[in-house]
Amino acid sequence: MLIKKPADIKPAEITPKEHYLNRRQFMLSATAMALSSGAMLGGLDLATESGIAYGAEKLANVKKSNFSTNEKLNTLKEITTYNNFYELGPDKEDPAENAKYLTTRPWSVAVEGEVKKAKTYDIEELIKLAPLEERIYRLRCVEAWSMVIPWIGFPLSALIKLAEPTGNAKFIQFVTLNDPKRLPGQKLPTLEWPYVEGLRMDEALHPLTILSVGLYGEVLPAQNGAPIRLVVPWKYGFKSIKSIVKVRFVEKQPAASWNKMQPQEYGFYSNVNPEVDHPRWTQASERRIGEFRRRKTLMFNGYGEQVASLYKGMDLKKYY
Amino acid sequence: MLVYLKPAAFIVCLIPLGQLVYGYYSDDLTANPIEYITRFTGSWSLFILLASLTVTPLRRLTGWNEVIKLRRMLGLFAFGYAALHFSTYMVLDLFFDFAAIGKDILKRPYITVGFSAFVLMIPLAVTSTAGMIRRLGKRWQQLHYLVYVIAILGVLHFYWLVKADIRRPVQYGAVLTVLLGARLAFKLAPVLKQKLSGKPATVRSES
Repeated sequence: MLIKKPADIKPAEITPKEHYLNRRQFMLSATAMALSSGAMLGGLDLATESGIAYGAEKLANVKKSNFSTNEKLNTLKEITTYNNFYELGPDKEDPAENAKYLTTRPWSVAVEGEVKKAKTYDIEELIKLAPLEERIYRLRCVEAWSMVIPWIGFPLSALIKLAEPTGNAKFIQFVTLNDPKRLPGQKLPTLEWPYVEGLRMDEALHPLTILSVGLYGEVLPAQNGAPIRLVVPWKYGFKSIKSIVKVRFVEKQPAASWNKMQPQEYGFYSNVNPEVDHPRWTQASERRIGEFRRRKTLMFNGYGEQVASLYKGMDLKKYY
Repeated sequence: MLVYLKPAAFIVCLIPLGQLVYGYYSDDLTANPIEYITRFTGSWSLFILLASLTVTPLRRLTGWNEVIKLRRMLGLFAFGYAALHFSTYMVLDLFFDFAAIGKDILKRPYITVGFSAFVLMIPLAVTSTAGMIRRLGKRWQQLHYLVYVIAILGVLHFYWLVKADIRRPVQYGAVLTVLLGARLAFKLAPVLKQKLSGKPATVRSES
């Protein structure tokens, strides 16, 4: 008769919730690490500044680059808590909050279209495709704010060369993952999903154009477009598509998400240009995150010397 | 109970401001505080403006007359947050760059309507005192019908500034439509009642 009920201690009373959550974070990070490549070494950084665990493995053997600016870097907190990534929510704070949904392993990227060597790459293979470089670039958002970000990645041209584009390949279209479970912002009718972007072949081949897999010495946080994203520093930020699953070589200028939604506001080229205003706000100046006063916006975001020749003879007011 | 209605509403209206001050000291206004403050004060201004427009329909529907005591205060808080919103833009964002501000107001439709709404709020705030109400008499009511225009411009301002996520401005627009629709219904109700109670015959004979 005196049989004790075994279940009068709830599991939650045994394990404090904090520890439990920490352990879960540890497991997530550990799993991510176990799955990741040998090129990634180093410790678990559980307590990130934003309080969000994204398995911040260090990236090893990263070279410096002459393309880097020596401007003052934005902090990791600024870079990882103030994001435009509609797939993880429309407000700036949403992506950091929803980052936990975006699991990035397994992950593959299909290279297809007008190429001789179509192939689906596993992310680990992509990360080892070319020597990783740190590229400290200015990022200028179309909303007139900017940051300086120490990206880690490799030139997109490395992937293009391996794919061996045919003579018909004039543009490249990029496609983001389409999975509302991992990208819950896709449940909202904000943009047409999946997100797509495109570059002209010469823009894609330009040495400044990189595929980024990390920042601040670590693997790319989900809210910044993990596991692999484009970075085109002389164009407005939305051109640098995040969480890529497809790279398609095409003959005609491909669709680009914002351009499709509001063609009179977001052009296909979307080069940073202080002389061509967005219809709803000026592009002449910008606020560098962390600074109080606005600063003047530079033509091609300050990369004119390297890229202006790509657009020689083009009316940039027409091809904005 | 009702003695506390006004002070309670006063304190509630100060909560957003308190959040901002707290957020400033706890460094919790995002990486771009100026943009955050602009958005925050703007949406609270519009929210409280819609609350002030809820007073009259609420009173008509429930017969709860005391609620009218809140109307002026809500209107003034809406103006207060709008003033903070505009000052943030003028001082913190553009730092008195009046050339840029002027260009914005003329060239950017969302700023044109937002600025117009703010300017139109000024005479309403100025004439909100008991003395002014007495002095203006009937014209006070006519002047204060401007609040409908202000609210429409405010919602339009919000709708035109968002890039893709139109949910919130559409919600505000829907609420405003209901609130303005309620007023139309109150105006039309007596006419309809008359018609339904068989009076149209007399109307016809009059014509």
